[in-house]
Amino acid sequence: MTVSVERGIQTLKEHIDAPVASFFTTCVHCGMCADACLFYTETKDPKYTPIYKLKPLRRLWHQEYTFWGKLAAKLGLSKPVTAAELKAWEELVYDSCTMCGRCSMTCPVGNDIVYMIRKMREGMVAAGFAPSGLKAATERAITIGSPMGVKFPALKNQIKHIEADTGLQIPVDVEGAEYMALLSSMEIMNFPEYIGAIAKIFHNADISWTIASDAFEATNSGIQIGSSDLAAELVERVVAAAERLRVAFVISPECGHAYTALRWEGPNLIGRPYPFEVIHILELLDRLRAQNRLPVTGKIKEKLTFHDPCQIVRRGGVVDEPRRLLDMVAADFAEMEDHGIMNWCCGGGGGVSANERAAKLKLTAFNRKRHQLEALGVNTLVTACANCRITLEEGLEFNNMDVAVLGLAETLAEHLEEQSTSATTETP
Amino acid sequence: MTGVELLIWVRGPGLQLSLAAFILGMTYRILQTYFLGRAKNLAEPRGSPWIHGMKTMWWRSFFHPGMTIRGYFTIISGYTFHLGFIITLLFFDQHIELFKSWTGLSWPALPPLVITVTAVLGIAALVAVLVDRFADPVRYLLSDYQDYLCWVLTVLPLVTGLLLVYKIWLPYTSLLVVHIISFEILLVAIPFTKLSHVFTIFIARWYNGAIAGYKGVQS
Ligand code: SF4
Ligand code: SF4
Repeated sequence: MTVSVERGIQTLKEHIDAPVASFFTTCVHCGMCADACLFYTETKDPKYTPIYKLKPLRRLWHQEYTFWGKLAAKLGLSKPVTAAELKAWEELVYDSCTMCGRCSMTCPVGNDIVYMIRKMREGMVAAGFAPSGLKAATERAITIGSPMGVKFPALKNQIKHIEADTGLQIPVDVEGAEYMALLSSMEIMNFPEYIGAIAKIFHNADISWTIASDAFEATNSGIQIGSSDLAAELVERVVAAAERLRVAFVISPECGHAYTALRWEGPNLIGRPYPFEVIHILELLDRLRAQNRLPVTGKIKEKLTFHDPCQIVRRGGVVDEPRRLLDMVAADFAEMEDHGIMNWCCGGGGGVSANERAAKLKLTAFNRKRHQLEALGVNTLVTACANCRITLEEGLEFNNMDVAVLGLAETLAEHLEEQSTSATTETP
Repeated sequence: MTGVELLIWVRGPGLQLSLAAFILGMTYRILQTYFLGRAKNLAEPRGSPWIHGMKTMWWRSFFHPGMTIRGYFTIISGYTFHLGFIITLLFFDQHIELFKSWTGLSWPALPPLVITVTAVLGIAALVAVLVDRFADPVRYLLSDYQDYLCWVLTVLPLVTGLLLVYKIWLPYTSLLVVHIISFEILLVAIPFTKLSHVFTIFIARWYNGAIAGYKGVQS
C-alpha cells in the first residue's frame, strides 16, 4: 500500500465521529435513499444508491468500532480497504454525487448521508483518488486564485464593460465599505450581467460596497474535492481581504457551494469565528425588499418557475427569500412538484461540472429536471446559482428544450424602479 | 441436566444474564458513539439544533412526500413486523405472567386469538421483507450477512412461540426451552449487531435534524 493510500485511510478513520458512527450503526439497508438520488432515479443502477457510495468508509467504521469487526480484524479475518477499492469508489464519490443532500432528507432512520460523503472525499483526496478535472480546478484556485483561472485583470476588463453599460462605477478595494461582494469565476466569465445587476441595485439602495482585487473569488474547490487544508487556505484569503477592507458583511454571490463554503464551513475550516457576517445575495436583497429599498416595477406575465440551488436552499437555509423576491416580479410563479428543501439538483453541483469525466452522467441526471419542467410546462426558469445555470442551460440545449434560464438578481435589476432620491443608508 | 432443570435455568439465570448483557452492551454502544464526539460548530447558527433534532426524531417516523413504492413498502412492512413483535411480546398472557413473577407488575393481556394474529402478521411482514431483500436489486446490493442473521434472530422467537401455543413439533418443555433461548439470543445480539438500530435510530435522527437545524432547515 502506498503512503498516500495509508494517509487516505487514516484520514477516513479520523473523520469517523459520533454522527457517522450513529448513522452506520443505524442503517437498516432499506434502500430508500436510492429513490432520493437523481443518479439512481435516472439510471436505475443500484450502485448509485447513496449509502452504497460510502461502503469503504462503512467498512473502516465496522472494523474500528464494532465488536465483530474488531474481532475479525484481530483474527486477521477482515478484508482491509485497499487502493483498488478506493480507486473503484472514486466514480461513486465524485462523479455520481453532487452533494445535494436530498438523500439525507429521506432516510427513515435519519442518516445524514451527504455529511458522510463530505468526509469520505477528505479520505479519497488524501489517498490521491480524485477526478483530474477537479484536481486541476483546485490547483488553479490555489495558484491563480480561481478554479477557472480567472485573474483580476480579466475581472477588471469585465468591470470596464459593465461600467460603460450601466454608467455606474464598480467600487474596487474601497476601505471601510460596509459590504464586500464576492463573485464566482463562472459569473465573471459567463454571466457578468450579475455584477451589473448588483451594482444597479446597490446604487439604488445606497449601499456602500466593494470588490477586493486580491480576493474576489467566492467558490471553493477545496471543499468540492474534499481537502480541508486547501479549502481553509481559500477561506483565509477572503477573511484577510475582508479584514483589510474592514467590511461588516461579506456577500456570497449567486453560487450555491460558495455559500456553503463561506457561511457554514468557513469558520470551522479556519478554526475561528469571522469578524464579519456572511450574507447571501438573496438574503441581502430580501432585507432590502423588507426595508422598501428594492422598489420594482412591472411583472413578467408568462408562467415561470424557480430552480432551487441545493447549497443555498436545502443545505444553506435560504428557502423563502428567493420566493418572496420572485413574487415581486413574477405574475405567474408556479412551483415544481418537488421544490424548496425537497428540490432536485441540476446534476452539476459538488464538483461534478468541473469533472469532465462525469459529463455524460451529468446529462443523464439532468433528465430529472427535464421531467419536472415538462410536467409544469414552463418556458422560463429562474435560478440563483451560476453553476446551476450553466448546467441547466447545457441540459436544456442537449434536450432541445425551449426554456430560458434567468438569474434572480438580474431579473430583479431589470425591474428595478430607479430612484432619484436614494433610500436611507442605514444598515439593513 | 433434565429438560425441566434446563427450563428452570433458562427462564431464571439465563434470562437474567441475557438481560444484563443487553443492558450493559447497549449502554456501552451508546456511550462509545457519544464519546466519539463531534467538532464544535463555529459558524453562526441560524436555527436551534435541539429543536430541529427533536422534530426530525419525530417526523422521520412517518411517510414523507414524494415517497416511492419502495418507501411505502419499507415503512408499512417495517411497522408491521416491529409492532407485531412488540405487541406479541408485551401482551401475551404468559409473557405478562413471567414479568409479574419477577417484578410484581402486570397489565391486561390481549386475547390469544389477537396475539396469534399479531405474531402471524409479524412473521408475514418479515417474510415479505426477506423476499424483497432478494428481489430488489438495490436492497440486495446493500445487504450483508448481518441483515440475514438479524432476520433469523427476529423471526425465531415469533415462530417458536406460535408452535408452542399451538403445540406443534417438539414436546412442550423442549419447545419452551428453545423459545426462551431464541429470545435470549436476540436480546444479547441487539447491542452487538445492527439490531442496535432500535435505539441508535433516535441518535441518528437527532444528529440529522440538529445538523440541518443549525442552518435553519427542518430535515
Ligand atoms: S435510506 Fe437510510 S437506512 Fe435505508 S439504506 Fe439508505 S441510509 Fe440506510
Ligand atoms: S447528496 Fe445528492 S447526489 Fe449525493 S448521494 Fe445524496 S442524493 Fe445523491
